[in-house]
Amino acid sequence: MINVDKKYDVIVVGGGHNGLVCATYLAKAGRKVLVLEANATLGGGSATSEFSDQFSVSSCAHWLFQLNPEVASDMGLKGHGLELAARDLNTIALAEDGNHLTIGVNTLEGAGVTDEDRKAFVAFNKQMLKFSKLLSGAFNRRAPKLVEGNLTDRITLAKLGLGMKMLGKTDMSDLMRLALINIYDVMEENFENDLLKAAISLDSLLGSHMGPRSPNTVYGYLYRRMGDIYGFNGPAVVRGGMGAVGEALGNAAKAAGVDIEVSAAVSKINVDVDRATGVTLADGRVVNAGMVVSNADPKTTFNKLVGLTNIETGVARRVKTIRMKGDAAKLHIALDSLPDFTGLTKDQMGQRLVIAPTMDYIELAFNACKYGEYSKAPAMDISIPTIHDPSLAPDGKHVMSVIVQFAPYELEGGWESHKDNFKNLIIDRIADYAPNLKDKIIASELLTPADLEDRFHIHGGHWHHGEISLDQILTMRPFPGASQYGTSVDGLFLCSAGTHPGGGVMGLAGHNAAKEIIKRGKSA
Amino acid sequence: MIPHDETMMLKTPFHSRVEAACEINMWEDWKGYTSPQAYTEVEQEYFAVRSNTGVFDISPMIKYRFTGPDAGAYLNRLVTRDISKIGIDRVAYTVWCDDNGQVMDDGTIFHLAENDYRLCAYARCLDWLMWSAEGFDVTIVDETADIAALAVQGPTSCAIFKEMGFKGIENLKPFGIARFPFEGSEVMISRTGFTGDLGYEIWIEPALAEAFWDALFEAGKHREIRPIGSAALDMLRTETGFIQAGVDFVPAEEAIRTGRSRSPFELGLGWLVSFDKPVFNGRKALLKEKKEGSRYAFVYLDVDGNKPAEHAFVYSGNKEVGTVTSAAWCPTAKTNVAFAQVDAKYGKVGQELVAEIYYERELKWTRVMAKCTVIEGAVFNPPRKRQTPAPDF
Repeated sequence: MINVDKKYDVIVVGGGHNGLVCATYLAKAGRKVLVLEANATLGGGSATSEFSDQFSVSSCAHWLFQLNPEVASDMGLKGHGLELAARDLNTIALAEDGNHLTIGVNTLEGAGVTDEDRKAFVAFNKQMLKFSKLLSGAFNRRAPKLVEGNLTDRITLAKLGLGMKMLGKTDMSDLMRLALINIYDVMEENFENDLLKAAISLDSLLGSHMGPRSPNTVYGYLYRRMGDIYGFNGPAVVRGGMGAVGEALGNAAKAAGVDIEVSAAVSKINVDVDRATGVTLADGRVVNAGMVVSNADPKTTFNKLVGLTNIETGVARRVKTIRMKGDAAKLHIALDSLPDFTGLTKDQMGQRLVIAPTMDYIELAFNACKYGEYSKAPAMDISIPTIHDPSLAPDGKHVMSVIVQFAPYELEGGWESHKDNFKNLIIDRIADYAPNLKDKIIASELLTPADLEDRFHIHGGHWHHGEISLDQILTMRPFPGASQYGTSVDGLFLCSAGTHPGGGVMGLAGHNAAKEIIKRGKSA
Repeated sequence: MIPHDETMMLKTPFHSRVEAACEINMWEDWKGYTSPQAYTEVEQEYFAVRSNTGVFDISPMIKYRFTGPDAGAYLNRLVTRDISKIGIDRVAYTVWCDDNGQVMDDGTIFHLAENDYRLCAYARCLDWLMWSAEGFDVTIVDETADIAALAVQGPTSCAIFKEMGFKGIENLKPFGIARFPFEGSEVMISRTGFTGDLGYEIWIEPALAEAFWDALFEAGKHREIRPIGSAALDMLRTETGFIQAGVDFVPAEEAIRTGRSRSPFELGLGWLVSFDKPVFNGRKALLKEKKEGSRYAFVYLDVDGNKPAEHAFVYSGNKEVGTVTSAAWCPTAKTNVAFAQVDAKYGKVGQELVAEIYYERELKWTRVMAKCTVIEGAVFNPPRKRQTPAPDF
């Protein structure tokens, strides 16, 4: 709760995972920190909610696979109650005929996969992880500015440059070539099997406004594989849903001395000409502090909280041009019992299930989005967490969580009249793989990107707070001039997924922002 | 098919009259408009403004209109001056900057009515204006082609307007706006200009442009009214210390090479920057510059001799410290004036410098190293420019 007698050094706007991580580091460094969260629970996109009586689900992100181990250990998340119900899951690319492809860390089973593909898969993984490892060197520190020649930045750049050199001639030229092409071509170069190519493609673009043939998808894939560098050999299921991550982070923050108030929406970041002075809450309360750190995405921060009229045109222009329109919807289904997926055992149903038969299937699904339509045959990433964590549903019952790729944020004609059609269409599509699914459904909920925006206060419903693409990373994330967490408004910092290195439940944006603020000391 | 006598060039609403008066066919391109450099003889046109009245067709000037409840707040964020201090029917000269505090352009803002402004600019900048409008309730219209405008400048200009029946024009203060009936419609007159003399600018709907020109020249014929071109205007503005965008500075958006743009302080326009107002473009960078110092100073030089120091290098001792941007022998002030950008520390009034001037006479080039002194400002600054009521000549 807000302590009215306390003179806060820092107010963190938003109790998302990055906000909590940032707040905790700052509190540990001796700052008096207040976190204000609009929702009733903490964690932001790392959330659990009850969508039907006694049925709960991870309502935004549903796998944990990128949490940075340094952050997890600094926060003491295990001690604060974070528990994994399952980890290192395989991905199973579903085939309608039941001849599925099971993708492990370095193994491929089923779907008539050839030995050539198996060998190529091992080599491909090795190379990709080499690249991700190289990138990871720049992830846990601020993005280096290119021109100012600051020593810290030079070291980061030198590490990246040296790292590239150390890759060796073949890998270095491969990285430079691959980074700028698209995952479709890379898949065609490496593999035969359609399910494999499609499953990897889907990983490269989940959550983004891209198809397999879009540039930047290779970077998207390397970004996703950062999880492997952080010790995940496949996705994990969090006990209690992803909201438990938020809860544990909240506990860590409180233990570090952070004051937290939930259901406390900030309506305005107060700025006195060019210095942030505090915030005004939706209920009219004003809280002052020497510094405000926004965990809201950059567009929400400047459009709504600061106001574009209170910053200079150049900055307003850069905020406006950030690309962040989400294309991913969430479907939540309450199930009376487990459905039967053709050719899957119960244990296999607990893995990560993917519906994306071919790369062209995904590309066609993306086409719809380009023109403001939802895909009639969307690609999907399915989790049935109750197989590992029965606590999310009543005894013997289950929940299914589905990321549905290619539902545009702005649907032609608006979402209201189309939502049910889209939901039924998705369920029909899953039923192609699990024929008795519909008999098991007790309740269901579809969250379009517009709903995700409303519920999680993310502009465009884009879970990365801005497309992860080469034009929006490093010193260009969220935009030049704000890439080292500070902004043109003195005393206003950013710490959301919209900043370097980017989205996913990773915690590094919050970590890096805190380090930068601490480093700047009084001048921040 | 385009008829053989048509060109891409636009014509101002006064073109029929300008063309008829332009005896020597000396045309140039002013932002896409056919515009005369001179009508007859540059010196005669210059002296028309200093002794009688000169008329310059300023219709090509880029004009934007801002209306809506946030128009004032919008402009206050856009430009460096405090717009809230400009009353209705007043005009203010200002510059506007990018986020780096570099001057994008200079121009005048006309406060026409409550929530209604006009901006006159050197360069088209609708793109920047629209970006700047994000979050403001303001409507922006490019009205360059919708308004005909003339600069009517010189000691007899007020008398000519009185002759035309514009009652009370003599009481219009510098930078004031007044409206008068004309041909069943209205002409707006502002006491503004680019010559440093008593003078006015008139703003009228294009359909009445020719009629206005005719009435003006009829009323002025006994006072030696004369149309003038850009060459004479250039002498006039140099004599009176007015800088010209694109000549004395590179607009920030047009500068390709880093370091070629200038801040208001570096153009001697620090007086246009108001830090006592809400956020404006360039504020942060300009505050920093004010604290840490500027790179350059913009200076007026009194140059020895009578050779205009055009494009001259400027030295302090043997060290090259800057270059001349504009220069002219000023016939009325009888002074050889140059504007120069020099390293900041050579910008103080009284600083002695040397201009390296090259000039050509019958294919023979000569170099002079002319002594020059940094002076306060305009060498021509007559009382009649400010007097209200305006004097009769």
